[in-house]
Amino acid sequence: MAWHKKILRVNLSKGTCESEPLNLKWAGKYIGQRGLGTKYLSEEIDPKVDPLSPENKLIIATGPLTGTAAATGGRWSVICKGPLTGAIAASNSGGYFGAELKFAGWDMIIIEGRSDKPVYLFVQDDKAQLLPADDLWGQDVWETEEALLARHQDPQIKVAAIGKAGEIGCMYACVVNDKHRAAGRSGVGAVMGSKNLKAIAVRGTQGVPVANPAEFMAATTEAKKVLAEDAVTGQGLPAMGTQVIMNVMNELGGLPAHNHRDVQFDGASKIGAEAMILPRPDGSTNLVKNQACFGCTIACGRISKISPEHFTVKNSGKEWGASGGLEYESAWAFGADTGVDDLDALTYVNFLCNMHGMDTISFGATVAAAMELFEIGAITTKETGGIELKFGSAEALVEMALLVGRGEGFGLDIGLGSKRLCEKYSKPEVAMVVKGQEFPAYDPRAMQGMALGYATSNRGACHLRGYTVSAEVFGVPVKMEPSATEGKAEITMAFQNATSVVDSAGICSFATFAWTLEDVQKQLNADLEGDWSLERLLETGERIWNLERQFNLSAGLTKADDTLPARLLKDAAKTGPAKGKVAELGKMLPEYYELRGWTPDGVPTNATLDRLAL
Amino acid sequence: MKVTVKLFALLEKYLPRDTIDQTVEVDVTDGASPHVVLAKFGVPPQECHLLLVNGCFVLPSERDNFVMRENDALAAWPPIAGG
Repeated sequence: MAWHKKILRVNLSKGTCESEPLNLKWAGKYIGQRGLGTKYLSEEIDPKVDPLSPENKLIIATGPLTGTAAATGGRWSVICKGPLTGAIAASNSGGYFGAELKFAGWDMIIIEGRSDKPVYLFVQDDKAQLLPADDLWGQDVWETEEALLARHQDPQIKVAAIGKAGEIGCMYACVVNDKHRAAGRSGVGAVMGSKNLKAIAVRGTQGVPVANPAEFMAATTEAKKVLAEDAVTGQGLPAMGTQVIMNVMNELGGLPAHNHRDVQFDGASKIGAEAMILPRPDGSTNLVKNQACFGCTIACGRISKISPEHFTVKNSGKEWGASGGLEYESAWAFGADTGVDDLDALTYVNFLCNMHGMDTISFGATVAAAMELFEIGAITTKETGGIELKFGSAEALVEMALLVGRGEGFGLDIGLGSKRLCEKYSKPEVAMVVKGQEFPAYDPRAMQGMALGYATSNRGACHLRGYTVSAEVFGVPVKMEPSATEGKAEITMAFQNATSVVDSAGICSFATFAWTLEDVQKQLNADLEGDWSLERLLETGERIWNLERQFNLSAGLTKADDTLPARLLKDAAKTGPAKGKVAELGKMLPEYYELRGWTPDGVPTNATLDRLAL
Repeated sequence: MKVTVKLFALLEKYLPRDTIDQTVEVDVTDGASPHVVLAKFGVPPQECHLLLVNGCFVLPSERDNFVMRENDALAAWPPIAGG
């Protein structure tokens, strides 16, 4: 029935690995992965805990569809209290690691305490052990994975690891698996590093049981047909990837540029999907091929190669080969936000982020904030170590990635993230963040739904918690006027609840460009025991959102944290169709609270908590 | 009148060879609709999902009647998404 009914509890302080039963009652209320992991975290830690202390826990969670025959069923999440935000962190990744963990017979790993010395967790089916990682400490993610595969002489082992960024507490360090998929946001890699846990290596040879195999095969086969026949998931995403959005956002004036001072970028056409397939003088292209995560029939991932003549790799070695990226959010953060239009430089920086375990969005956005600090004189070459940190400088961008990856010089400041960096240099208004987390690649002045989505996202600025772009730009499920505020509270809430379901199920949110929640429901209902109706799923999504909200309120966050930087609320867009517009959060937030069943201060009422059985 | 046409992603194939930055300028009759402009490039209407004129959306139902003006910029994409 989708679950092995087993949790691996790893106590790093004691050096123990123990099996315990999965709480099926909770699984029935929170599905799995993001929802169930958050439930465990909420029950087991004080939300006020220091995120980088041994008292924080790191939960590696799969969903009920992870590792099954469901299309895109390779997702898994890292749940903890996030150091970047002080809020709930639930970072989702693809690749092959999550399915392998499920094949090993584990639904979830709960990691607690802190090891005295660097260790890695090796899981081989039922056997789990902590092994010394002194020799791996200081190695990058790619070196770590290769070393572990060689050490255990099994090329089928799947590895999730941190790089040096996680070891030294870079506030947006991520956990990277399969070399270039990442549980990226909120600093989950820093939590792993704070526990002296370098990596988790997994090898599994068991299957994943489902409740009703015949019904499940029929439902998943039908759902794959939906993905194949849909023009977006069947053609658009595999051919062009997420990077196709670059020119869309630029044309409609929603592409944040130069640390959100602009909403359009002159160099957009040089760094988007079309540029990735543009032949170089030698006939090669940046894009090598597309790639799928486990069980995915969309295959939106990009595999790219830097020109050997490019300045970034002329004197280098391992970055010559083809590897993962660029995806849209990363290309935007490294490119439009910093004003750099050198595609191969962005690709190189992407490889460095994957190697060293840095969240691409937060890294690029923090460099953009530092470039603004440099431009206004809040920092000089004295702080940067002689680097001319100017907007548009590919060399400066690359140097910053190298310094953060090595944990050296001004890289330590960049590793603080935008909020702490700008506070350090007495310019907090320069930080483009919500709840301490940097924005992704959609300017809310051009899409009002995203203004509300960013402000109310439980993990800080994030596009994936409520992707109203889907309705405001692509017309899925319905076309909405991006500049309007009417109806945005309702659609934002609907997206947030539905995404909570998808993120808890073990599948990819990109499938929902073609799948309705009914398509997801049919697969889950066959996968799990009990009656998983659409109504139950929708209520569960709302319950998960409120559970996260409760965690944040208990951690000390308030209504005051549901806001946007003054730049977006007061400084109008300078160009494009949204010229003259600001983010009109105040018009939407009260309605949103009311629809949520929260008080005017953003606190769930007792009636709401009772209704959701929280 | 002159208008600018930008065809992105898989619609790029309808642009003349050696087009730079997916952008061409074209002469059309005054008041031409987006569909008339796209027809000059042989773009089948059903392949065009997202259509912007000067960055503003033109719904499929309006693409035969919308009146384009001198120096307008039309941008079009096939079915796409991402994030």
